[in-house]
Amino acid sequence: NVVPTPVKINLINMLSETGLQVIEATSFVSPKWVPQMADHTEVMQGINKLPGISYPVLTPNLKGFQAAVAAGAREVSIFGAASELFTKKNINCSIEESLERFDEVMTAARAASIPVRGYVSCVLGCPYEGKISAAKVAEVSKKMYSMGCYEISLGDTIGIGTPGSMKEMLTAVMKEVPVGALAVHCHDTYGQALANILVALQMGVSVVDASVAGLGGCPYAQGASGNVATEDLVYMLNGLGIHTGVDLQKLMDTGTFICNALNRRTNSKVSQASCRL
Amino acid sequence: QQSQASGLPEYIKIVEVGPRDGLQNEKVIVPTGIKIELINRLSKTGLPAIEVTSFVSSKWVPQMADHNEVMRGIERHPGVQYPVLTPNLHGFHSAIAAGATEVSVFGAASESFSKMNINCSIEESIEKFEEVAKSARNMNIPVRGYVSCALGCPYEGNVVPAKVAEVSKRLYSMGCYEISLGDTIGVGTPGSMKRMLEAVMKEIPLSALAVHCHDTYGQALANILTAIQMGVAVVDSSVAGLGGCPYAKGATGNVATEDVIYMLNGLGINTGVNLYAVMEAGNFICTALNKKTNSKVAQASFNTGTI
Repeated sequence: NVVPTPVKINLINMLSETGLQVIEATSFVSPKWVPQMADHTEVMQGINKLPGISYPVLTPNLKGFQAAVAAGAREVSIFGAASELFTKKNINCSIEESLERFDEVMTAARAASIPVRGYVSCVLGCPYEGKISAAKVAEVSKKMYSMGCYEISLGDTIGIGTPGSMKEMLTAVMKEVPVGALAVHCHDTYGQALANILVALQMGVSVVDASVAGLGGCPYAQGASGNVATEDLVYMLNGLGIHTGVDLQKLMDTGTFICNALNRRTNSKVSQASCRL
Repeated sequence: QQSQASGLPEYIKIVEVGPRDGLQNEKVIVPTGIKIELINRLSKTGLPAIEVTSFVSSKWVPQMADHNEVMRGIERHPGVQYPVLTPNLHGFHSAIAAGATEVSVFGAASESFSKMNINCSIEESIEKFEEVAKSARNMNIPVRGYVSCALGCPYEGNVVPAKVAEVSKRLYSMGCYEISLGDTIGVGTPGSMKRMLEAVMKEIPLSALAVHCHDTYGQALANILTAIQMGVAVVDSSVAGLGGCPYAKGATGNVATEDVIYMLNGLGINTGVNLYAVMEAGNFICTALNKKTNSKVAQASFNTGTI
């Protein structure tokens, strides 16, 4: 179901009050491909942009980049993949061709002093190719970092990874990209996300992607979950004494808001548990 | 090789608590035939230990009223242990009469929890368990000890690691061969798990320790990972994540065996368990209970048709 623009804007505004420093706002992609993001301009122009908070947006090509900047975006993201088959099915070209497209965005971003975040999908497995070699992930990450991405977010797109494969993949990538420029984007489709994130933290990664209320299912496994819930992640980090600056209660309230608006249950276990006696 | 290189145990023993801990915390009273069928299916998965039932008064735990029928009705596979809960000497004798060859006793690291759960202090409960342990020793019956509220209590809140270590030591000294440390309300995180284990490991040898994590706050696998990184090699779990949390309405409880095995397989750790067989057993019991599985692996696998 397409979410109404005001609901999106309110969601982002509430997230802005939780202490989160980065909130991915929308995607400047053709509404023909992604109807949910058709209101990208309205959203970008409608949200409260608080100082100290970054609102990156996806820009798959130069056209999207230009539209994003015109709408007020100050940071953009590009999405690569460690799998040829996934790239072909997702954006209808090879990895090499996708990087050439991104190069145009990089050049324009550099000229406009706009930071670019790079995502690498399928780092721990691909819905089409199956196993993905750590060396391939390292190769694609290195290329995107060399192109000028300030950060590389490594995505376990189908949530198939475990602490074992996470460790192996990060070991390879950390040979090519400094750990300070790495982030992990884990999906919880197989319940492994927090364990995978823990391993990444143990290896020095200090940027973690998550989704309030665990919004976002898995398009490759009907009915299965996708993104790891921000609430559950913050709960773990709090317990580890790691500072995030995020107010867990405000985050849970935001999750409650969006779940009510979408008429759905939260995917966050922390939210579900109400240990009140 | 992979697990050895990372300092993790080569082999981890999974103790399946679904038929007891899991079903005990499900609202629907499960027919005896279904319980027996579930246990028989689990016996074929490679699981080395399956907690079968509880010899407790049916007045307190109606779900386990059929303990005699279940104990006598199940297939006993060689190489598989079938422990049962025995809260006191009376329960112990009934268990033995019904054919039990291993028993468990449940202590707690919180006075309030002990009082609310079994209506006596920790010290009084230890005295009862000592009677069981003594009889068990005379009959060569191994006894497993559980310590509840190891990472937090629904009544007292914070629980100090020293208390967990103290209670664990009492159970171990009376002859329990293994101590299962339970995060009863699932509030623990890798931080509190580490601190608790460090305290307990000063009193109990690592090889005698197990972790029993609840996934109420989604922390179970991260907590289990922390424990196995510290050398713990026995993990309790429940097929399909059976068993909600009696202290948090609507919240989940036990960690799902399928999700644990998926993680251990990915780490190259041997468990002897066939993941697909466990998923099938999980599918069986969820269908029988008319409920959705709590296992994410099962959810993902049955929807894509792959593992």
